[in-house]
Amino acid sequence: MITGDGTASAIHVAPRQGDPDITPELVAEHGLSEDEYERIKGLMGRAPTFTELGVFSAMWSEHCGYKNSKRLLRLLPTKAPWVIQGPGENAGVIDVGDGYALAFKIESHNHPSAVEPYQGAATGVGGILRDIFTMGARPVAVLDSLRFGDLDSSRVRYLFGGVVRGVGDYGNCVGVPNIGGEVVFDRGYEGNPIVNAMCLGLMKREDLITASASGVGNPVMAVGARTGRDGIHGATFASEELNEDSDESSRPRVQVGDPFTEKLLLEASLELIASGAITGIQDMGAAGITSSAAEMAGRAGNGIEIDMAHVPVREEQMTPYEILLSESQERMLVVAENGREDEVVRILEKWELEAKVIGSVTDDGRFRVLENGVTVADIPALPLTDGCPTYERDGVEDERVQALRDTDLRNYWLPRGNLTRPFLKVLGSPNVASKQWVYHQYDTTVRTATSVRPGGDAGVIRIRGTDRAVAATTDCNGRFVYLQPRTGAMIAVAEAARNLVCVGALPVAITNNLNFGNPLKPHIYYQLRESVLGMKAACEAFETPVTGGNVSLFNETDGRAIYPTPVVGMVGVIDDTSKIVQQAFTTEGDDIVLLGENTNELGGSEYLYVTARLVAGTPPAVDLEKERALQQAMMAMTNGRHLRSARDCSDGGLACTLAECALGDGETPLGIDVRLDDDMPPVPNLFSESQGRIVVSCSPEETPAVLRIAEAYGVPAAKIGAVRGAESPFRIAMSEGRIEAGLDTMADAYFGALARIMDTPSTSGA
Amino acid sequence: MKVAIVTFPGSNCDYDLYKAVQQVGADATFVWHRERGLEGYDAVLLPGGFSYGDYLRAGAIARMSPVMEDVIDFAAKGGPVVGICNGFQILCEAGLLPGALVRNASLLFAGKDVMLRVERVDTLFTSNYQQNQVLRVPIAHGEGNYEADESALDRLEGEGHVVFRYVNGAGEPTDAANPNGSRRNIAGIINENGNVLGMMPHPERAMEDLLGSTDGIGIFTSLATSLSAVAS
Repeated sequence: MITGDGTASAIHVAPRQGDPDITPELVAEHGLSEDEYERIKGLMGRAPTFTELGVFSAMWSEHCGYKNSKRLLRLLPTKAPWVIQGPGENAGVIDVGDGYALAFKIESHNHPSAVEPYQGAATGVGGILRDIFTMGARPVAVLDSLRFGDLDSSRVRYLFGGVVRGVGDYGNCVGVPNIGGEVVFDRGYEGNPIVNAMCLGLMKREDLITASASGVGNPVMAVGARTGRDGIHGATFASEELNEDSDESSRPRVQVGDPFTEKLLLEASLELIASGAITGIQDMGAAGITSSAAEMAGRAGNGIEIDMAHVPVREEQMTPYEILLSESQERMLVVAENGREDEVVRILEKWELEAKVIGSVTDDGRFRVLENGVTVADIPALPLTDGCPTYERDGVEDERVQALRDTDLRNYWLPRGNLTRPFLKVLGSPNVASKQWVYHQYDTTVRTATSVRPGGDAGVIRIRGTDRAVAATTDCNGRFVYLQPRTGAMIAVAEAARNLVCVGALPVAITNNLNFGNPLKPHIYYQLRESVLGMKAACEAFETPVTGGNVSLFNETDGRAIYPTPVVGMVGVIDDTSKIVQQAFTTEGDDIVLLGENTNELGGSEYLYVTARLVAGTPPAVDLEKERALQQAMMAMTNGRHLRSARDCSDGGLACTLAECALGDGETPLGIDVRLDDDMPPVPNLFSESQGRIVVSCSPEETPAVLRIAEAYGVPAAKIGAVRGAESPFRIAMSEGRIEAGLDTMADAYFGALARIMDTPSTSGA
Repeated sequence: MKVAIVTFPGSNCDYDLYKAVQQVGADATFVWHRERGLEGYDAVLLPGGFSYGDYLRAGAIARMSPVMEDVIDFAAKGGPVVGICNGFQILCEAGLLPGALVRNASLLFAGKDVMLRVERVDTLFTSNYQQNQVLRVPIAHGEGNYEADESALDRLEGEGHVVFRYVNGAGEPTDAANPNGSRRNIAGIINENGNVLGMMPHPERAMEDLLGSTDGIGIFTSLATSLSAVAS
């Protein structure tokens, strides 16, 4: 389906001297199929010039055009009364009460991080910050969702260390606290790490601004850093598979970040928006000037004309092709009110940055690029942004995955008796172990609003001047999605919601980052479609619409795809900060209550991976109605202030959740005495990652109220034990097994694991 | 009390400091690094952040800012000056405090809560604390490793210019409690005249229970108390 004009009469554009001829090979190098090329010729009424081919290549890449995912994404729910801005803008925006709006979004930087981890991750943070402040919101928190191969590889340690430093250095310098996220290690991500960054921004509702080029005749300005030759074709790069040559040959396509300039650009942009001198602003992110100009024109139904000779560049002799496709960082495209250009320049100068008029908004619906007044590209704007062909493919499940799901796990139930050793092994596995080594490299407290810091289920940022706060989390268990995509995606949403209610927040909306392999392969497309369907079902059940996000496909190295990883970034609202719930046990003598049921579901668990290197079995079942009831019960308990702590039960199962509750941040660990009477062998009882469970603690006087509320919502609940003193051990008893460990031993396993692996001399090189 | 908060391109704790000053009932005003003149202010604060991106060396470029001449004048006339984190780095670069802050011994950024022992309570900035009181205050820096030669360190110690030291929960200055490798666990110092304080930890982030600690308040109330005593 092609909309817009442009097919009727061809507008001639002479080939630019020095540009290569358009050959089938050149078209293929630009990531366009023969059919797509024919469609372009149809739209243009002629063959494109080299510059125009570059523009189409970027705009019709998966990264910008969503050609393999758009039809699926349309299935997701996007509306709720509190949604102010849904998908299609730089970021989604929701109403969080008291006149405040929250802009939030997640974005991937997987490919650049695989090649140059530090800069790849840093610029990923930079890009998502710009997406937020171009909405008029001040960034108030960052979360990072990271996945790597197993840490026994020096290459993986290099990638992990570099990504963490990159995320940290960028956010720390700009002054935005990191409040959480996740780090996962599994050989399924070897060679193709996942680096997703999420940002939250707060604004007064009336300060919202959108990225559209309105007002014919208004000047279009390039703002911020100059344009260089870095990151050319980054969007196309992000939309293809990696191979063993990607490392060296792709480095020039990775952008270089400058967080100091970003900080200045952030302040200047917010000042510009407040001044009223501009009508629209957009980050020059993926596909640089090309996508920002075309998208702004497309949204307003206008045209845009820009002259490359006026774009401030940092290198000489740059061609229009290079300038259009450069992904140099820390740049913005701004549409100013006619006559107020000087005001824009003055604001930018205060922040020691440049702003220059490079063109204007037109009424002819064309995306026109000049070079010193000579037209080098002339394309109908709307088909460029909205006419990207979209595909719906056949998806078929991989038979090997079906076989994995049918794996008989009964042998793994056999261990009985003292299970302290396997427990400590799981607790100290990099996936379960404390991520302090990571978040101690992040500034988590700048802006003096962080009410719950990283290390728990979700981070919380209070809204100064109100009693309110917003909470955020990112979640996805790629193993579950791999073994059963629809269930796995539902679990990602369900776990995110549980994480939020555990800090006392009401889940309200999500942003998603769909990280998958090559969708042209039927089994990958199957994963993608099933995941979207699972996400849809869960988001509908929880009333948490999707307000935007990012799709990252072609995450493959040498033909091996990552686990399908639809990361859910969920936000929630706390109406009174005094209701925020702690994440760890606080008081000796408190009761420990399990909400939800223990079930024998060892499939896809960390226990299997740690003890047998196995990713197999059926992932835990998820019942969306029960999850919803659990969320509501939790909200009732926190509203009634009945709880001292709450923690979601996930990686490592009930045993590790109890351990996290006992250890806290390591400063004041407490012993526990727990008795499990479930009718199942001890291993699945301790380590199954069954859904719909939360461990809470409360003073014994509150226990009846907690049990009563659970019953009212139909949530199974049972007192399973009590919190003991700091001198007592960590004790779980079952009829056929037990765990008994000293808190020091556990703390060493849990807090020391990552540091022991990473603080070795071999972490600095590949 | 009228307080100037000097901001540089890349300062990012300016707003936090502003709120902290307001919380103790004082007036705070931002002074942009290109502005001149600090007359009329009772105290000057240099916030944390990454002035000029910490390029070259933390604080090395900021100290050349026009306003720094006025900060130096202000300090020379005995006016109270406090530099926190990047502000401390700038004060060292500007020569208002001895020593230097170099890369953390771990070579990694360090962002977490630390424990500080108050070494001196007879200063403008610490009079509302108890001697040897242990405070919980966040740090967030990559270059907070305090470095000076032995004789300079001995002089600092001998003349009682070490104001805060990194300690464990029991108040002992152990290696494990030292987050960045600072010599002698030094976290904050004053100059010889006692009117210029530099510290790496962020007291402005320890002003509310909701955020984890209120132990930073004492710095601001001490300053307010000292100034009102001078005024009366």
